[in-house]
Amino acid sequence: MTTSKTITAQPKWELVLGFEIHAELATKSKMFCACPADHFGQEPNTQTCPVCLGLPGALPVPNAKAIEWCIKLGQALNCSINLESKFDRKNYFYPDLPKGYQISQYDKPFCHDGYLDLASGRRIRITRVHMEEDTAKLQHSQIDGQKVSLIDFNRSGVPLVEIVTEPDFKTTSESDEFLKEVQLIIRALDISTADMEKGSMRLEANISVRPVGKKDLPEFKVEVKNVNSFRFIKKAIEFEFNRQVELLEQGQIPSQETRGYDESKGVTFSQRSKEQAHDYRYFPEPDIPPFKFSQNQVNQWKQELPILPAQIRSQLVASQLSSDSASTLIASPVRLKRYYELIKKGLVPKKAASLVINAPEDKVSTIDQVQTNPTTDVSQILPLVEKIVSENPKAVSDFKAGKTQSLFFLVGMVKRQLPQADANQVRDLITSKISG
Amino acid sequence: MTKKLNELSIIEARDGLRTKKFSSRELVQACLDQIQKHDPKIHAFLALNDQAVKQAEKADLNLPLGGIPIAVKDNFLTIGLPTTASSKVLEGYQPHYESTVSKKLLAAGAIIIGKTNMDAWAHGSSTETSDFGSTKNPWNTDYLPGGSSGGSAASVAADMCMAAIGSETAGSIRQPAAWCGVTGFKPTYGRVSRYGVIAMASSTDSPGPITKTVTDSAEILNIIAGNDPQDATTSPRPIENYLKFPSQKTYTIGVPGEYLEVLSSPARALIESAVEVLKKAGHKIKTISLIPPKYSIGVYTILQRSEVSSNLARFTGVRYGHDRSFFGDEAKRRIMLGTYALSAGYYDQYYAKAQKVRTLIVTDFEKAFKDVDLIINPPSPGPALKVGATENEAMFGEMQDILVEPSSIAGLTGISVPCGFIDGLPVGFGFIGRQFDETKVLSLATQFQSLTSFHHAKPSLT
Repeated sequence: MTTSKTITAQPKWELVLGFEIHAELATKSKMFCACPADHFGQEPNTQTCPVCLGLPGALPVPNAKAIEWCIKLGQALNCSINLESKFDRKNYFYPDLPKGYQISQYDKPFCHDGYLDLASGRRIRITRVHMEEDTAKLQHSQIDGQKVSLIDFNRSGVPLVEIVTEPDFKTTSESDEFLKEVQLIIRALDISTADMEKGSMRLEANISVRPVGKKDLPEFKVEVKNVNSFRFIKKAIEFEFNRQVELLEQGQIPSQETRGYDESKGVTFSQRSKEQAHDYRYFPEPDIPPFKFSQNQVNQWKQELPILPAQIRSQLVASQLSSDSASTLIASPVRLKRYYELIKKGLVPKKAASLVINAPEDKVSTIDQVQTNPTTDVSQILPLVEKIVSENPKAVSDFKAGKTQSLFFLVGMVKRQLPQADANQVRDLITSKISG
Repeated sequence: MTKKLNELSIIEARDGLRTKKFSSRELVQACLDQIQKHDPKIHAFLALNDQAVKQAEKADLNLPLGGIPIAVKDNFLTIGLPTTASSKVLEGYQPHYESTVSKKLLAAGAIIIGKTNMDAWAHGSSTETSDFGSTKNPWNTDYLPGGSSGGSAASVAADMCMAAIGSETAGSIRQPAAWCGVTGFKPTYGRVSRYGVIAMASSTDSPGPITKTVTDSAEILNIIAGNDPQDATTSPRPIENYLKFPSQKTYTIGVPGEYLEVLSSPARALIESAVEVLKKAGHKIKTISLIPPKYSIGVYTILQRSEVSSNLARFTGVRYGHDRSFFGDEAKRRIMLGTYALSAGYYDQYYAKAQKVRTLIVTDFEKAFKDVDLIINPPSPGPALKVGATENEAMFGEMQDILVEPSSIAGLTGISVPCGFIDGLPVGFGFIGRQFDETKVLSLATQFQSLTSFHHAKPSLT
């Protein structure tokens, strides 16, 4: 069995990695009908109509707000915008697809040819950002001892943006940085909750490996789907890299397929063979007239973009904050907001940042006093960390599942009992306690 | 001779109702009696509204269609009346919502008397592909009524209702209207909502009226036309009052030689004398040249089959209706051809090329309409063909609809009005106008009907 090795242990082979990222937009209504788009936690099949059920004769009417948001996301990712665009039908059969086709975009996506620069300066190219509709949700369960598949159409037709990248990532730390940045951008635009665990942000990694120095794409590609945390997608990619290298070194070619990731075993497993490329028989959606945007309209949308995380980060770093502190602030809108308020009150950036970062999240918005110098005394902090970790198994497992918010919670719990504890120190101790 | 109640036009029936010469109940009953007497032979209806008489009793006669019985093609979703598009796949299907067109008719006070037979999924020009048996031509039941709105045209010709609603993808209103000797009006694509109409080819489907007179078509168009927030392809243009068309205006009318060539010689003689009627009335007749209509057959076939293959994908039998084995041969052929045309490697060769030729045809019409107001466009090469004519003719519909496919793929408006008979079977005359030029088409067609009496002729039903 393949063991988890780090990627740098393979000098002969290099990773070829790209992503398809889906984000459900937080519009009021669905993409093509008036049903509510927020389906999370709703009673199944209570938010449906003839359009999203795909009933005979029902017709899609596009949601203008969703299109605006898709284009703004493209602009935030430095894309060019197609002034003439359209929807297409992607034809395939699956029980979660009531019309027998998904309305998506094929050759004229709203946005194309963008990029995002990593902190290292390396540029990740973005192929396209397009708009489509989400499918219904299948639930496999048991009723009266019988295995059944149930369909919940509440999710059917929810606006879905797809971001496609070029296979530009060389390491999983690059992909990790990129994916987190995309999530921050989506949240800064306030167009989606981009929650991984609720499925409002979904990742598909396209992974292959090639001999170092080769430029061509390998003949095979493995798609890893349905992984709902940054931590696990990283692990899945690393596992997959090692699995493929092992096969290649035995003279075999990994098969083209879709694989899932088993979180408990830490392995990927085959889900669906992709030997034969699917023929989706795309053609222009005749129910929706093509779009023509004016350059003025597109410029207007660009002007409306909020300050993006990268800009905030460089502002913060320019005001002498460490890039770690800057990232911590950007990741928490509450902390960032308070930080700016404290700056306005006249605090120097470093002081303001340290105050805001060290405060428990629920106290952030009220904190405004300079406290005594934080303590980094391990002997004082560690027993408390151990206590809090053992008392909060749920938060611990959430954190293990990649929910970074849980870490803030645990830090907050410690700080509540020991306010003078240095938050960075507390965080480090908790992290090493949990992963140790 | 006074007309029987069921023989009345919409306008005549409305006058009679409002002056209390008869009640809506009597009017509806007269239609139901006619159906009971003659429909076993004609087979225009698939379902009757058993609440029609009750609804007639409560009809609000102040509404434009108050208390007037109207038949609706079976591809329009109607709550309370099963909707099958004449396919066994949907046998017994009870819709959960109302199509925009039938909703507007109901709001205008109409009584939907029943659902009319059609080619299954509107695939055809004969009504012979109906899974529930063909409709017969009221003028001679050995002959076909045309299609796909054959049941609607036959029900109007046989005076089983005041008027009917049909839908046309390419010829499905005008051709059966021509074969049954009634008026069939095809609005501009996007003028009437498709919401709640079981889709055939989404890019050309156009609902419209089949009536006893042109004025009645204008009456119905006034009610069903307009932007629909539930159909993104409907035009935002405000609707006109289609009843206020000029009744005396003279037009420049183009006569395309390429179209007349397709006609059988007796039909051509009737069309030429109809043109003569217009010329004598002071209209300017001008010979024009258009892309020969045969080129539209390939374009239309590729685009329509492609859209069909996708539109029928939802009928899996998983959530409603029967499974795919219930599709008839014609639907299966169309699904296969469309699937092939859209397949990787063939798309550019077929679908993309067809779209390019479609653009050429659109441009060709635009050019022609620079010099003329309207263009003569007979809907069918000749009168009705015999029952059984579609057997082993996979391209039957396309060959019959050769003359209306160009205007349909260009999304134009057009009409068919009766202009004579060949061996006791009606022949249709027709013309087309620019997109949204409904008023001109209605104006010229009304003038033609005021100068001729072919539309007053009635079949003798036995």
